[in-house]
Amino acid sequence: MAANTSGFEGASKIKNSPSSMIFYIIAYIVVAFMAIVCLVPFLIMVSGSFTAEKYITFHGFNIYPVEFSTSAYQIIFKNPATVAKAYGVSIYVTLLGTFLGLMITAATSYVLGRKDFKYRNKFSFFFYFTTLFNGGLVCTYIFFVRYLHLSNSLWAIILPGMFSVFNMLIMRTFVVGIPTALIESAKIDGAGEYRIFFSIILPLLKPGLATIGLFLALAYWNNWYNAMLFITDTDKFPLQYMLYNTLQKAEAMSRIAAQAGIVVADVPSNSLKMAMAVVATGPILIVYPFVQKYFVAGITIGSVKG
Amino acid sequence: MKYLKNFGAEFRKNKPLFSMIAPAFILTLVLSYIPMVGLILAFKEWNFAGGVFGSKWNGLANFRFLFASGKGWLITRNTILYNLLNLVTSQALAIVLSIFITEIRAKYFKKITQSLIFLPYFISWVLVGIFVFAIFNYETGMLNNLRASFGKEPYNIYQVPGIWPFLICAFNSWKWSGYNSVIYIAAITGVDQEIYEAAAIDGANIFQRIRHIMLPCIRPTVVTMLLLQIGRILRGDFEMFYQIVGSNGQLYDMTDVIDTYVFRSLTTSSNIGMTTAAAFYQSAVCFIVIIVVNAIVKKIDADYALF
Repeated sequence: MAANTSGFEGASKIKNSPSSMIFYIIAYIVVAFMAIVCLVPFLIMVSGSFTAEKYITFHGFNIYPVEFSTSAYQIIFKNPATVAKAYGVSIYVTLLGTFLGLMITAATSYVLGRKDFKYRNKFSFFFYFTTLFNGGLVCTYIFFVRYLHLSNSLWAIILPGMFSVFNMLIMRTFVVGIPTALIESAKIDGAGEYRIFFSIILPLLKPGLATIGLFLALAYWNNWYNAMLFITDTDKFPLQYMLYNTLQKAEAMSRIAAQAGIVVADVPSNSLKMAMAVVATGPILIVYPFVQKYFVAGITIGSVKG
Repeated sequence: MKYLKNFGAEFRKNKPLFSMIAPAFILTLVLSYIPMVGLILAFKEWNFAGGVFGSKWNGLANFRFLFASGKGWLITRNTILYNLLNLVTSQALAIVLSIFITEIRAKYFKKITQSLIFLPYFISWVLVGIFVFAIFNYETGMLNNLRASFGKEPYNIYQVPGIWPFLICAFNSWKWSGYNSVIYIAAITGVDQEIYEAAAIDGANIFQRIRHIMLPCIRPTVVTMLLLQIGRILRGDFEMFYQIVGSNGQLYDMTDVIDTYVFRSLTTSSNIGMTTAAAFYQSAVCFIVIIVVNAIVKKIDADYALF
């Protein structure tokens, strides 16, 4: 985030009046308070996952583990079949969806960014219209299940997330930044359109690809809604939907318990829920510090474009 | 005819470009445009064997049924009120935060707090649902844990429907404040630094700088955000409502929006006709509203129009 928020350094040279001192005190307090409010739920989650079930039953969740215990994680990793499968599904969906989505978004943005492409406004409108009007859940559901036969297919998760107008607009900003002369001279040198796209445009679009790739990957990783609609086979549950099931349905919890060889009554359900949440969110929290700046860049471009 | 001929010539000339745009075109056609045909179900009496085309027409009966039960008005009211409430609170919070953050100069404080505030954007609503459980559930929630330590009775939040609009609004603002403040920070810092420095040298205090420089800077952004949200006035954030409220029937009067209602009808009662009618009504009203509002904005100041 730092890149965009260098602030107004010049102003710092001016001496602060008492009223502006109060402003700064309030600013620090409000921002710090908000940061804490954003952090606390994560602390409750992590601490809950490391707290002995008995403590939670009697005293409830806390922001730090009072009675430390790793039994929830032991259950998950004793027989990690459920978690491992869900991880596999999520990774598969995220990788395939992100790759295909990137290719489609880059190709479309490139064509629509080419000023010599005569029908670019018409195509842009064709895509943009879908953000103004759509068939809604029922029509999509009936069409997917009855006519495309996508029940229990991971394509029901991958296909709808591949192309979005928002991503296309951001990518087009990157495309427009590439000088037209480059394309012209490649043409003169005898390169075909495909060649130009793959060996000149794509390498130059790397920053855009990184940004959009991360947006896509995050959306796929966090997707549970499409899984809830279309997937009933528990072996095909992605991580977030499996997590939701663990929270909502006792049977999902007892399946994990059975795999770990525990009697259902002894399942530390509260701490187990939190441990599952940690396991499902872990990858995002780990990569977050490294990818944050790409999201800031993408959101900034998206907002400028409107 | 001439138009088709031109298109044909253009197509032959630029075959590779057309082939590059084809995947997105086909995808959008199949996933977005073809399902729109299904909206005719709003005017039909659904039967499973007949499907979209075989079912019998029944005029406006589905719409009449939706509104006669009172349910149509209730979910419309809830959806609009939630959208207005969420729009005002989340944007106001983001604007305040972004002004404060740009003014704060302690480098590490700024970096760390910004990262934390941006964090909720990265998690799924499922995780937010788990947070709601961890904080508010009756037996083991952190809230009742705190109340107990002050010697107070536990509080069953699921029996107090009136508190849910505030909760939902709080979680919405919580999740989006980081994302939105990135947008506003970009708008504020997008202005020429020299203007800001000149103002400071001329003796403008912080409040004058906010009033005369920062707020004008973010005005176009505010208008854009407003327009985007108005175009969604009848659309509820399904994932948020579904994960925060769950299936607590006694809360529905306060928390049901069109999207959750449609989903529940689809999965439980399977009244396809009425559900499609609700979706049609939602899409059509949003479409008309955004077209009208955009036209008005265009008349007042064309720079602010979305399209």
